[in-house]
Amino acid sequence: MKVLMTEYLRIDLDTEQWECRVCDHTIGTAAKGYKEGMLVYNRDPREIHPPILDPEKYRFTFSPDPEWVRILEYYCPHCGTMVETEYAIPGHPPLHDMEPDLPALRAQWAKREEVKEPVVGPAVVPDQGHNH
Amino acid sequence: MSEMNTPVTAKTPSPEEVALIKKFLNDTTLFLGPDPEIMQNHDLMPRTEMEDECMRKVGDAHTIAKIRDRIQAGCDEGYEMVEQMGAAPGAKWGDVITGVYSASGDLAIASAGGVLIFSALVHHPIKFIIKNWVNEPTVGVREGDGFIHNDSRYGNVHNTDQSMILPIFHKGKLVCWVASTVHEGENGAIEPGGMPSMAESPCDEGLKMCPFKVVENYQIKRDILTFLQNSVREPKLQYEDMKVKLFACLRIKQRIEETLNTDGPEALISTLRTTMENVRAEVKRRVSQWPDMTVRTYIIQDSTLRENCVVKINCKLTKTGDRLIFDFRGSSPEFTNRPTNTIVAGLKGMLAQVFLCYVWPDLPRGQAAFAPIEVITDPHSIVNCSYDAPNSQSLMSIFTGFTAGQHAVAKFLYSCPEKYTKVHAPTFNMINTFIWGGVSQHGETLGNLCADLNGMGAGARSDLDGEHGLAPIFATMADIGEQELNEEDVPFLQLVSKKMTRDAIAPGKYRGGQGYTMIAATKDSEQWGFMTTCQGAKIPPIQGLFGGYACGCYPLSKVKGIDVYDILLNEPHKFKHSIEEIMNEQPFEEATYTTHHMGMGFEISKRGELFMISQGAGAGYGDLLERDPAGVIRDIEEGLISPGVAERLYKVKFDPATLAVNQEATAAARDAERKDRIARGVPYAEFIKTWNKPTPPSHLQYFGCWGDDVAKLYMGSPDKFRDANTPRPNYMVHPKDVRIAELEARLHALGAMGGEKQ
Repeated sequence: MKVLMTEYLRIDLDTEQWECRVCDHTIGTAAKGYKEGMLVYNRDPREIHPPILDPEKYRFTFSPDPEWVRILEYYCPHCGTMVETEYAIPGHPPLHDMEPDLPALRAQWAKREEVKEPVVGPAVVPDQGHNH
Repeated sequence: MSEMNTPVTAKTPSPEEVALIKKFLNDTTLFLGPDPEIMQNHDLMPRTEMEDECMRKVGDAHTIAKIRDRIQAGCDEGYEMVEQMGAAPGAKWGDVITGVYSASGDLAIASAGGVLIFSALVHHPIKFIIKNWVNEPTVGVREGDGFIHNDSRYGNVHNTDQSMILPIFHKGKLVCWVASTVHEGENGAIEPGGMPSMAESPCDEGLKMCPFKVVENYQIKRDILTFLQNSVREPKLQYEDMKVKLFACLRIKQRIEETLNTDGPEALISTLRTTMENVRAEVKRRVSQWPDMTVRTYIIQDSTLRENCVVKINCKLTKTGDRLIFDFRGSSPEFTNRPTNTIVAGLKGMLAQVFLCYVWPDLPRGQAAFAPIEVITDPHSIVNCSYDAPNSQSLMSIFTGFTAGQHAVAKFLYSCPEKYTKVHAPTFNMINTFIWGGVSQHGETLGNLCADLNGMGAGARSDLDGEHGLAPIFATMADIGEQELNEEDVPFLQLVSKKMTRDAIAPGKYRGGQGYTMIAATKDSEQWGFMTTCQGAKIPPIQGLFGGYACGCYPLSKVKGIDVYDILLNEPHKFKHSIEEIMNEQPFEEATYTTHHMGMGFEISKRGELFMISQGAGAGYGDLLERDPAGVIRDIEEGLISPGVAERLYKVKFDPATLAVNQEATAAARDAERKDRIARGVPYAEFIKTWNKPTPPSHLQYFGCWGDDVAKLYMGSPDKFRDANTPRPNYMVHPKDVRIAELEARLHALGAMGGEKQ
């Protein structure tokens, strides 16, 4: 039984491993954070959020200040998919962002059918109004 | 003296003595301040004997549903009245709630539209009235009475919000309450509009109305009204909206009385209690469907609105069985003299909004939807401030708290097969708009804001881009209003309005909805000014989701030394319709061009000077290399992103003239980028060896915990901190004093102080 945890991650409940949903790579034990099996890149935020105002002229440019914040990009080491981003204060330890209770997860899914395609959820549709 | 110093075993008082001490303290209370017993509790009051008896007598689901629908329609009718007749801009865009409360003060059924943050925090003032005024001989609660309230330390979001509260009696017995609450705006604070960012203590925040009686025999008391009118900048609005709220309450009262006449008080009381208990039980059932897990996130505020600094909102969300616990410990300590603190009820209200608008929008509106969800905070923190701290800009902390909650919740929802909405990246969370005030072209004294605060860009969803300029996070059904109508009343124009700000993007597989540009200039008054109250000019105030990016940053730009109306008349070709062109090309020769963070204190604007800002983008969802190239081209065609930025980020190859996509070249470029990622990425264990630091960086004023050590809260530098459970004052220096000190240091270094005596 595998549980789809995020857009790019699933947990194999039998092996208790994080897996990449894009390339099926086994990332690492689900007893620890998936980030521990990722590649990390320390991105200058100006590369993603380009200055709209001329940085030569102005203190504030629409870009984040790279001395104040960085973007940590987490890549699957096998396929290079960007699994998560983290806007982080320079030097702040990366967050253990998802820490599932594996026995509880197993017990919960023991009562469910395996879900192989993500459940998207209902769309918001215009109300048809009241009529007879 | 020696006898007094001899330790003695303390005597344990008997139950009679405890009762006597309690009576003595109650009888001699000198000040009924905000009551933590009321303000810290967001759960439903215990079921009363009366409610129990009524539920035994009337339990038929059809009868309950019929009465609930009837009361709901009455609440919506009252809401409509306030929205249509209210004078405050907030009323017009639906910054309103009307509701029916149980006799114990719980909000049982609320209006369906408008600002749902209210659903979790308008009940506190009624509980204050019940606790303190019902049996107080000098006040009392009688048929025909009405109570007013705005002080957020006693309930509601912030001091701009005013409530009118009426007890409803049936045959002399209190059966429920009705109330109407509106974001009125102006409240006599040190800056116009009711949300002063310059407030350094609660005394700077204007009217402080704890709940008190202002209506008797359904008539507004003129002496108190006149006092209130003298206390604010908009005396006519104060009167008009008190009347509007009173009559909305009376309409709801009429609908309740119709129900009492047809079905009797037991049916009404049973309906109110059953509705709340059913919603509460359903929330616990839905939570139980989520995975048992802990999710951690943090959101950074990059200013106090007075100065840039780094303020952490720390959030650990844990779900166990049917319990859901928001743990905000580790968030910044409260600021003693800055107004970005919030009362904890405000944080809870915004978290309720996450569920009522973005997770379970089908649930009946009321207090019960958030009642079973738990919230933990540090005392005297920015998300649970003391009653001595200013909180007039609490929006900064409740909005970033909301985003932390929204970001964490999304990570639970993905794997849950039972969904009521799509998984959603964080929506933009700052009120990027102009707050304004002064004397209008008609000689009226005004103070309020542009409804553009409601144009926040929405976060992307798991299968869709985010919507542009959609709605505020505190009211998904609110409107951005008609600027042209507003301009009939105020002496300024938005020369550019609702034009998307190009390249202010949040990329992803599905990109965030973008924000639009606003360029405002005063025209017909010499006594008019603006302020802006937002964070996020140096650090984005949201996070991306599942590989999507957050938004960028949003500064304030000013152009001074010109009269743009003369330019439009005589040299119209010089005017440009984007901040980018005006600031980079500097087309007006005599002008000065400056940029600032978005915490502009109230500033008088001269005719024709430009104040320029942009609304923000919601966060992106997923890896941007998976974005459909057709979607990237559509964004170029719609002016959301420039071709060069699109090609560089999304690795889409296209003909610059026709924008036709070269699919093969795009696939190759994306493959190459994935390989580049693998080449440049560093294994986690290696990465943290150089990245992780034991303390916050010394070049930043940092507030809050560092890493997972939530017991230690930093207060501006690596060597200044407090124990999380031991509050300490946290004063900020006036930004002008900071600047003067910097300049004096430079003069000293140059030997240019001229021997000035100290």
